[in-house]
Amino acid sequence: MNTSATFGVGTPSESDFRDTRGGDMSEIGLTKGHVTVGSVEIQAAKMTARGVNIFYGDKQAIHDVTVDIGKNQVIAMIGPSGCGKSTFLRSLNRMNDTIDGCKIEGDIRIDGEDLYSPKLDVVELRARVGMVFQKPNPFPKSIYDNVAYGPKIHGLAETRVDLDEMVEKSLRRAGLWDEVKDRLFQAGTGLSGGQQQRLCIARAIAVSPEVILMDEPCSALDPIATARIEELIEELSHNFTIAIVTHNMQQAARVSQRTAYFHLGRLIEVNPTEQVFTNPEHSLTESYITGRFG
Amino acid sequence: MHANNLLLLLLAFVAAAFYVGRGRANHIAKLAGGSRQLHSLPDYHGHYTALCCGLPAVLLLILWIIFSGHVISAMVLDSLPAGQFLGDPGGRELLANKIANIAQGVLPKANQPAILVAAAEELNRLTQISRWSVTALASCVSLVGLIWARSRITPELRSRPRVEASIRYALFFCACVAVFTTFGIIFSVLFESLQFFQSVPVVDFIFGLEWSPQTAIRDDQVGSSGSFGAVPLFVGTLLVSAVAMVVAVPIGLMSAIFLAEYAHKSVRAYAKPALEVLAGIPTVVYGFFAALTVAPFLRDLGQGYGFSVSSESALAAGLVMGVMIIPFISSLSDDVITAVPQSLRDGSLAMGATHSETVIRVVIPAALPGIVAGIMLAISRAIGETMIVVMASGLAANMTFNPLDSVTTVTVQIVTLLTGDQEFDSPKTLAAFALGLVLFLITLILNIIALKVVKRFREQYE
Repeated sequence: MNTSATFGVGTPSESDFRDTRGGDMSEIGLTKGHVTVGSVEIQAAKMTARGVNIFYGDKQAIHDVTVDIGKNQVIAMIGPSGCGKSTFLRSLNRMNDTIDGCKIEGDIRIDGEDLYSPKLDVVELRARVGMVFQKPNPFPKSIYDNVAYGPKIHGLAETRVDLDEMVEKSLRRAGLWDEVKDRLFQAGTGLSGGQQQRLCIARAIAVSPEVILMDEPCSALDPIATARIEELIEELSHNFTIAIVTHNMQQAARVSQRTAYFHLGRLIEVNPTEQVFTNPEHSLTESYITGRFG
Repeated sequence: MHANNLLLLLLAFVAAAFYVGRGRANHIAKLAGGSRQLHSLPDYHGHYTALCCGLPAVLLLILWIIFSGHVISAMVLDSLPAGQFLGDPGGRELLANKIANIAQGVLPKANQPAILVAAAEELNRLTQISRWSVTALASCVSLVGLIWARSRITPELRSRPRVEASIRYALFFCACVAVFTTFGIIFSVLFESLQFFQSVPVVDFIFGLEWSPQTAIRDDQVGSSGSFGAVPLFVGTLLVSAVAMVVAVPIGLMSAIFLAEYAHKSVRAYAKPALEVLAGIPTVVYGFFAALTVAPFLRDLGQGYGFSVSSESALAAGLVMGVMIIPFISSLSDDVITAVPQSLRDGSLAMGATHSETVIRVVIPAALPGIVAGIMLAISRAIGETMIVVMASGLAANMTFNPLDSVTTVTVQIVTLLTGDQEFDSPKTLAAFALGLVLFLITLILNIIALKVVKRFREQYE
């Protein structure tokens, strides 16, 4: 274990430290007392995470993550597979609750309200923080019913006309209206992959959330559908706060204002996207974006 | 030699043929420079030789088993003087039976006409000859097959595709056995039913409102006609099945939803097998539980509230049948509910739906085709169920929709029509086959619908 850091800012003196994943952290320049570099805090924060640790059973997936998510901004979360970025994203609307043995420590707030306080209604939280998943998952219902699902369960529409309007508005904002307006009552599962993903986005924005979490929304799509979704993210960012997890660094560079780089469960660096991709502060970030690993 | 021994002998030949063929192939391979020079591996050549050795001989043996008895008895009968036949076509068969019985010593030879004893001895002699000749012939055929196949083994011989094809045919044959058995059952029931419909018109049977299958032995007896209107029976079947489904569908479905969606893993690990134990209880046990426990309890309960409940009520039989069917529905529904992708649940939960809203609005609709198919199968199970209703629902063919009354079902009537000593050509017994046919058609249609629905479900998710 007498190894020295090949790169990075960590001190190799803490060579007795081992990550719970079994990796030798000191080798890649991570130390136990690692502090995220860059600008973790910003002025207009919609959501704040402070000292967040997430465990699956005995295994720690997220170590001491502190970051702000800016209002009406897109923050991209990048990093190698298994670095915990999806886990962290799911903790932002408590989707980890559905996973057995998942435990969260630390403090996450939306507009200053504690997400994990016993007083918080998780149903209401998820209506405020919507989510789009990696694989398009339209319900086996009609296109109309897919979009109307949220407004119906939250009682947002008083009349059928209201509901029709909401469905149309959501589909228009998701850029899907023109393609599906003649077949609203056909099955949503019959659409193409890219259309399905836009349907899922329409479904998510139909309840007018404040934040939209996107977990690799384009990884199952072809380049044209991906470009379409990226345009959509850009448009949506004027009204919504968006956190997007992606494996595609070009995508992160194209759609986001800020970028957070995760590595082995730790948040390494958060900075304006332009800086991360042109002049990263941390050597690990640099190694990742230049393709040395990942 | 007896056919079984002959079969053993052939088996030995086949085993030998495999080793001969494989050895030959190995030898040839060595000469040609390794087994890579062969088109097929030595094992395949072995199997090929074994097939050539065994198949023709076994086919021969099968043909012999089917035809030899008929041929020999025909030869014996033809050797008798013409006057021995009783004249009608059945007489010939009776005589053949009698001779066979004498030959096997079932009938003592002492008090039989000499001519029949002689015929019996002739029969024994011919049978003996035929056995030895088939032994010799089959052995020859298998040996010839073995030698022929062995001589054909060359590096170029394409044994692999042939063995592969033979496996396909063997599997096809097995599948055919199942299908032909089904057809055999259908036709046997169908022919008996046609015979029944010659004495009772189809329309009277299917639309008749009165069921009393007693036919007189003598013409002058009272109530000699008998009436075969099956409607009361089907109404009874429907009533009992309906009661059973009213019990089984909600309980089965709810327990499936609980197990699949709400139960903790450890609870599920015990609760699911416990529920499936219900499926393992013999129906006869359910039957006496219904007849001796549930039915009297319901009767007493009814008396307490001023209802007149028959001591053999459709309700008692239906309730117990429902309990029997619960594991069917819960197990099948649990499977389809668990098969609904987690991503759909996540999608719904992420919209801010509660767990119950997710289950009701997303999971159940997605699983519905599978659930419906399970219910359909359960209905056909309920309609065909016999033991419980025999013991608990009575024999009176009442035309009623009141579950507190005693009713009888199609299956119960089939049982009572066919148990005991019966003539097999009276409408009374033949009616059982007609009932069976209609019952079969109903369950068949339900199963087809269920399979169609299941297929649609699969297409949606795979």
